[in-house]
Amino acid sequence: MTRLLLLLLALVMAAPLPAQDLLPPAPYAYKQLDDPAQEAKARALMETLRCLKCQSQAISDSDAPMAGDMRHQVRSRIAAGEEPEEIRQWLVERYGDYVSYTPQLRAMTWPLFAAPLVFLGVAALLLRRRFRKTRGAVK
Amino acid sequence: MSEAPAPRRAGLWLWVPLAVFAGFFVLVMTGLLAPADREVASAMIGKPLPQFDLRPAVPGRPGVSTAQLADGKPRLLNVFASWCIPCIAEAPQLEALARQGVEIDGIAIRDRTQDVERFLDANGNPYQRIGADDLSQVQMSIGSSGVPETFVIDGKGIIRHQHIGDIRAEDVPKLIEKLREAGQ
Repeated sequence: MTRLLLLLLALVMAAPLPAQDLLPPAPYAYKQLDDPAQEAKARALMETLRCLKCQSQAISDSDAPMAGDMRHQVRSRIAAGEEPEEIRQWLVERYGDYVSYTPQLRAMTWPLFAAPLVFLGVAALLLRRRFRKTRGAVK
Repeated sequence: MSEAPAPRRAGLWLWVPLAVFAGFFVLVMTGLLAPADREVASAMIGKPLPQFDLRPAVPGRPGVSTAQLADGKPRLLNVFASWCIPCIAEAPQLEALARQGVEIDGIAIRDRTQDVERFLDANGNPYQRIGADDLSQVQMSIGSSGVPETFVIDGKGIIRHQHIGDIRAEDVPKLIEKLREAGQ
């Protein structure tokens, strides 16, 4: 009985091994930039960058340490005067298109951009044919 | 309804939406049922290492810099952390590689000196140099998205291969093969 109690006690007291670092978050992980215009730029970019640790989240939504480091990277580069699209390109060069939620125009993705135009064209053709027919019927 | 369209042609066209739907259905189901690949491969393979110079993570070993990595000899660059559980699992394999004469440098991600020391005491130290990457900056610049990851770097400092996840015993021959290729 005492052994069982001891075992239960051990189970209750067991501390989970944290798979998380003990360093404080990066300076700009949770701190906004002083200039509101720059912060707005950084925020817009961070909302369209994928957190590589928690892949269905943007780095702006994630508390993973790596997402914090990525936010720090974005904010400090914006503060240094870099354009958001340059930073996106820098990350895409390293991780591929997957890191960006904004689709890039590529050999693989051009149908994504062309499809709406094709659909509009088809719709216009169909409509033209239909209107022609009705005019013919009225005559 | 004076002019009905030719019934045969219309009959064939009628099946097009169903065929398109079937195509989409197959596409979606294969995407749903296939095991998802969650690994993000680095796009830096074949490119030179970016410039960096990391401070030593522990007093006993020098830090890691780009200049030192391009010294004519191929090597492994292991991205690890003391707080990473799979890094403990791959430690024996790194140890074995080091014993075979493979040069291994380490990059410790977001780590305190005392934690890295404790980790090396417990799991062995196969590293010649260990750099501390406190803001994951170098990790990002080489396209690594987690720990552990291992990169094969050739003598000119060009990234030749990336191994994602812990190195298991069965992964060792491939790494040695990649190192040999990088040495040619």
